[in-house]
Order: sequence, then structure tokens, then C-alpha cells
Amino acid sequence: MTALAQSLPVARPRKRMTPARWGLYAFILITALYFLLPLYVMIVTSLKPMAEIRQGNLLALPMSPSVDAWIKAWTSACTGLTCEGIRVGFFNSLRILVPSVVISIAVGSLTGYALSLWRVRGANILFGAMMIVAFIPYQVFIYPLVRVFSFAGLGQSLVTIVTIHTIFGLPTMTLLFRNYFTSLPVELFKAARIDGAGFYQIYARIMMPMATPMIVVAVILQTTGIWNDFILGLVFAGRDNLPMTVQLNNIVNSTQGERAYNVDMAATLLTALLPLVIYFGSGRWFVRGIAAGAVKG
Amino acid sequence: MRLSLTSRLSVISALLPALMVMLVVYIGATSWTAWMSLTNSRMLPNNNFVGLRQYQLLFTNDRWITSVHNIVIYGVLFVSLALLIGFLLAVAIDQRVRAEDTIRSIYLYPYSMSFVVTGLVWQWLLNPTLGIQYVLRSWGFAGASFDWIVRPETAIYCLVIAGVWQASGLVMAIMLAGLRGIDDEIWKAARVDGLPKWRVYVSIIIPMMGASFATAAVLLSTAVVRLYDLAVSMTNGGPGIASEVPAKFVMDHLFERANIGLATAAATTMLITVIAVVAPYLYWRARKGELR
Repeated sequence: MTALAQSLPVARPRKRMTPARWGLYAFILITALYFLLPLYVMIVTSLKPMAEIRQGNLLALPMSPSVDAWIKAWTSACTGLTCEGIRVGFFNSLRILVPSVVISIAVGSLTGYALSLWRVRGANILFGAMMIVAFIPYQVFIYPLVRVFSFAGLGQSLVTIVTIHTIFGLPTMTLLFRNYFTSLPVELFKAARIDGAGFYQIYARIMMPMATPMIVVAVILQTTGIWNDFILGLVFAGRDNLPMTVQLNNIVNSTQGERAYNVDMAATLLTALLPLVIYFGSGRWFVRGIAAGAVKG
Repeated sequence: MRLSLTSRLSVISALLPALMVMLVVYIGATSWTAWMSLTNSRMLPNNNFVGLRQYQLLFTNDRWITSVHNIVIYGVLFVSLALLIGFLLAVAIDQRVRAEDTIRSIYLYPYSMSFVVTGLVWQWLLNPTLGIQYVLRSWGFAGASFDWIVRPETAIYCLVIAGVWQASGLVMAIMLAGLRGIDDEIWKAARVDGLPKWRVYVSIIIPMMGASFATAAVLLSTAVVRLYDLAVSMTNGGPGIASEVPAKFVMDHLFERANIGLATAAATTMLITVIAVVAPYLYWRARKGELR
């Protein structure tokens, strides 16, 4: 799968415009509009007052744009019983995100390092098994895990959800770092061994500093994955830590009476904001992340 | 190189989390789920063995039958449409077009967003009173009807539309990598032979891209089995039970309907299905040596 990341930068010389080329560009334009339509509709809807939405055209630009819906979505939209806006979910997601990303990458890189450079009996079996379980639907594990965590006295909490994200991130993170460390020259590792460096010294002083590109990919992958998670947050985070995606769904789908579509769309955009910023800001790194994480899906 | 005792202890300590996760979470939890599906557990787990009774109940349960029916429709349409559209997008981008980076970003950005966001946006677009149907009518297509999301027989197709919108870009990225990996000599040879471009794609390029298609198909298929967030946020299984899906069936029976036996029977059925799809693929990849 590394071919995916490396082959993208190739740009070939351009061609002259012929009727077939016009057809090609028409196809690209139409498909691009289809892909952009939902984003466009989200943005214009969030800037319209309700009166305009009720009688107006979905695609029309707002006649009197206002950010009222955004303010309401952030500070006072109702998620079931409380009305403190999506910001509660935003900060919950942030509190889940940071430790989950750091710990899952630390554990995954260490596992990948041990499985790649050190000859361990059964390493291939362990690795192969981890790749298989990466495909299994969460529904198979969820209930036993709920029991295990409540038995351990953790119940639904921040610690629980961070542990859960670390567990389910482990196969992908291990794969990512194992493949990367395998691709490094073995001499480097052997030289360090001869100089008397130990297991953790080589990991911390030599391997991790060399793995910076993989760390960037892992951060992107885990950040978008954990931020976008819904089902794990719903089950394991507990009522006080519900992530933004769960709060968003509550805001939109549990409204009594008339729905405030502009507030809904503002809240939706706010939830999509971090992944979108990462996506458009990181460019090819995101594609590398997809390529590396493609095994998990 | 022989490992000293300290090195060996270090390696073991580093692999401890992975071993724990494998044993406790994956093997332990999976076996427990499989065992529970053979008991008559309701709100709390118990060990009263009832054989395959839960599976019998499961496959006579309307909600489950609808769920399976829906996931088959969704799976077939979602995988084939995403493959088709993703491949066409990749071919289009591969024609040395201008602004390639921008176009690729536009195709792929939906993939960065969560299923909940995707579901809610499309719920709004497909809203029969104010959504696309209204736009079509205001453009003069007075009889235009696009109210699929509120009609039981068509609600599942709305999930397909949203799913394809989100996943096509991923397929495009995988396919584009495959296309760029094809030797230029093949194109030169085809040009010498005077083959039209579409013939080259159909007869030569597509057969050469088996690995890209397999990777994309397996990724999409596992996403099909996991379909949950999208169904919850977009239709919440409705209208009625018209757009229920297996993952939601399990979750609802675990946490709302207090029927652990039935829920774990459904989860085990999902597990068996996934293994049947994934095992041959992983075996094939392992034989090709791609995993090592």
C-alpha cells in the first residue's frame, strides 16, 4: 500500500483541448459539484434565519446572512435535557482525544518496534491475529467490555474511553510502525546493539526520532478517527463525557417541536471542523494516513 | 544474536499490552459473546444453556430479517456504486488534468468527516418539505418527487446515497495509486496497436488492477458490516423499522431492549459473516507476502 502514497505526486505533462477533453472536464466539474453540494448547503443553511429557510430555496445564498445560528449552536442548543450547546461536546471530545492519541501511538509504536526488529517467538502469529481482529465489528466486543470495565470499577469514564480507543487503535498503529521499522536499514539497529544500547534505549533514542513521518501520519489517522467516533463514545464515555458526535446527534435528532435547521447545520459544521481543518491543512499526509490505515478501514 | 535476560524481559514488557488486548479483549470477549448467544440471558447475563434457541428466534424476528435484507441491499449497492464511481473519478483524474490536487481534495474530503455529520447533512438535503424535492419543484419540475427518506420501501437507498458520497473518494485514492503504478510501456504498446482508450481500460488496465479492486472492496465491505452511525443519525432505523441494520439491532437489544441472548446471537452471526469475507482475503495477501 505504500505505492499509494508515493505514486500520487507524479504529474504528467498536459494535453491540448479536444472535444473529448471538454467532455472530461464537464464530467469532473459535475462530479465535483455533487461532492461539494452538501458542504455548500451546510454553510448557507447555517447562515440563514429560520424564516428564510422555511420559504426559501435550499441552494439560494442567504439574503441576510447572520451568525446567530452558530452562536446558538455553540452556546445554547439543547442536547436532550441540558441546553449548553455543542461546546460541551467539543471540550469532551478534546479531553478524550488528546490522551487517546498520545497513548495509542505510544503503545502501538512500542508494539510495532518489538514485533519488527526483535526476534520474538510467535511474533508473526501475534501480528497476524491483530490484523484479523481489526476487521471484526465492534458489536462483538462491546458488551463483554462494558462488563469488564464495570467489574474493574471504572464503569463509564474518561479513563475507560481512552483505554478503549487505545485498544481499538492498537492493530492499525502496530501495523503502521512495524512496517516502517522493518523498512529501516537493519545495520542501524545492529550497530546500536553492539554499542550496548538496550531495548528501550534504542526505541527512545534511535527509532522514535527516526519515525517522525510515521508519527505525523499516526497523529492524523488517530485524531480524525477518534474525533469522528460515535459508537464507542456513546457506550464507554459516560454521560459527563459524551463526545461531540453524540451530542450533535442528540441536538439534531431529539428536538421537540420545530427543528432549527440553521442551528442543526451550524452544529454539524462545528463538529466537522477539526477533521476538515486537518484534511485540508495536511494535504498528502492525510492520503498517506489512509494508505497506511487502509487495512483497518 | 542471542538475547540477554534483561533484553528478553524488556521485549516481553513491551508486548504485554498487545498480548493482554489479544487475550482479554479479542479472544476473551469474542468467546464470551459466542457463549452468551447460547444462553437465555435477558437483562443480565446468565449461564442457562439453551442451545441454538436464540438463533431460531433471531431468524424468525421481523426486525432482524428486515435488518439483514437492508444490509444486503445496502452492501451490494454501496460497494458496487462506490467502486464504479471511485474508479471513474480516478480515471478522469489520471488524464493529466489541470488542478489535479484541488479536484482530488474535493473528491476525498467527505471521507474525513464522521458518519454522523454525513448522515445529518443528507437527512437535511433529502428532507421532503425543504430539501432537494422542493428545489426541483421550484425549478419547474412540478411533479418531481424525491421523498425517499420518508417512504419505508426507499429509506435504505438514502443511506446508500450518503454512504457512496462519503466513500467514493477513498476508492478514488486507492484506484489512482493503482493506475499510476501501471507501466507506461503498456499505454505505448496499446497506442501502437491503435486500440481506443476505453478498450485499453476495459481489456487491459482493469484486469491488471485486481489488487486495487480487492483492497477497496474489502475496505468497503467491512464498512458495510459496521454500518451503524449513519443509520442512527440519518433515519434512526425508520420510518418504523424500514431502515434497520444488523449493527443497530445488536446495540438496541443490548442496551434498550434488554435481550442479551438475542443480541449476542446477532453479533455472532455478524462475526461469522465477516470472517467468511475477510479470511480468504487475508490469506491471499499473506501468500503474496504483502503483510510482511
